[in-house]
Amino acid sequence: MKIDLIVNGHKRPLDVEPRVTLLDALRDELRLTGAHTGCEHGVCGACTVLIDGEPARSCLIFAVQAEGNAVTTIEAMAAGPGELGVIQDAFCATHGLQCGYCTPGMILTAHALLRDKPSPTREEIVDAISGNICRCTGYGQIVEAIELAAQRLRGANAEAVR
Amino acid sequence: MKAAAFDYIRPKSLGEATHLLAANEDARVIAGGQTLVPMMAMRLARPTLLVDIAHIDGLSGIADCGSFVTFGAMTRQAQAEKSALVRTRLPLLAAALPWVGHTPTRNRGTIGGSVANADPAAEIPLVLVTLEGSICWTSVSGQGEIAAVELFSGPMSTEMPAGAILTEVRFPVWEGPGIGVGFHEASARRSDFAYVATAAQVQLDRMGRCVRCSIGIGGALAFPQRLPRASKALEGTHLTAQDIASALSSEIAALEIMTDGHASAAYRRRVAGALAARALTDARNQAQGAHV
Repeated sequence: MKIDLIVNGHKRPLDVEPRVTLLDALRDELRLTGAHTGCEHGVCGACTVLIDGEPARSCLIFAVQAEGNAVTTIEAMAAGPGELGVIQDAFCATHGLQCGYCTPGMILTAHALLRDKPSPTREEIVDAISGNICRCTGYGQIVEAIELAAQRLRGANAEAVR
Repeated sequence: MKAAAFDYIRPKSLGEATHLLAANEDARVIAGGQTLVPMMAMRLARPTLLVDIAHIDGLSGIADCGSFVTFGAMTRQAQAEKSALVRTRLPLLAAALPWVGHTPTRNRGTIGGSVANADPAAEIPLVLVTLEGSICWTSVSGQGEIAAVELFSGPMSTEMPAGAILTEVRFPVWEGPGIGVGFHEASARRSDFAYVATAAQVQLDRMGRCVRCSIGIGGALAFPQRLPRASKALEGTHLTAQDIASALSSEIAALEIMTDGHASAAYRRRVAGALAARALTDARNQAQGAHV
């Protein structure tokens, strides 16, 4: 089936079977391998992308269903190759990742949270990432990373206002 | 885990969609897909045709119809969660929505899809049954309305006619003052499937006497059930701990509780009693606060 996806701001024509998930289309057809394949039934959060700006499971959407939606992947979170976005950098600073498998999903989830709530409480952060499983960190440093990113983003915005 | 092959059609009208379903016995409707897609990935469901209703005009939105609030089947759960109308008119649904899956699944999952799929652990069907709401359906042969207490017939099954599309979900509104709600759930971890979920909505008069009460249990049963005897028995009382315990005990003892590898029936029954009492207590306390 021929479809046009909009991924990270670019129109990407594809020819896929209806049963191909958005996750597999991103990884296998578009070579955007930042969205990770985990449980493939919506539990682990490794495949999280943004659809029209909101976090969603790319394993729970067939690519054909996503036609017309704006899809954002982790590849769009940094300004350019070799650079890191504010949230990505905060994850490095606090050791918010070990194996890195859950990290793209965590960062995109955090991105949506911090856009809507620039000063989230610890409880709000924990709630936001409750659908993303990490088997390395014990979550403590991930929460710290999101707190640090929130603080830096608030600071950056304050600079801009001045 | 990949779904078996299927055809996919995205009709523009309800008429087109119902004709597709009528002509294909193994066709399934897909709305948000947050229940159906995992079942297809595990090959517990193998539809040969998916009819995507996401692009049909008029199937999405929330409207206040006075005695009830209606949701177009395609209304996303996240949209309901953010709705001021839901918070003020359907406080029990507002209390339950944060328990539905997690944010990423609520962004895609729909109100109609949750009801039509009838997962025993789903929160939205529980609230619908507790408030004695209803659904509307359309098929090639006509349309109809089914009361929630008659809709669910078993795990993942409803009394909707074959080939019908659920178009609307209607939640009754209780006019205040003095309304309070409570919602509790036990599961292995945040956002996981409920072993037991309980929902309660009560209305108290100025003297603190219960004039209206509705309590429902989900998760532990093949489908969510309202407890009509306990609900009735609590009307006229002051919802003291003793009133609540004596009203609940015999009806919860008589429920047909499910058992599985995660939680035994005995555990679920004990938790159902405790969480139902807690939901009623929360509802009472909130209703008392509403009169101050």
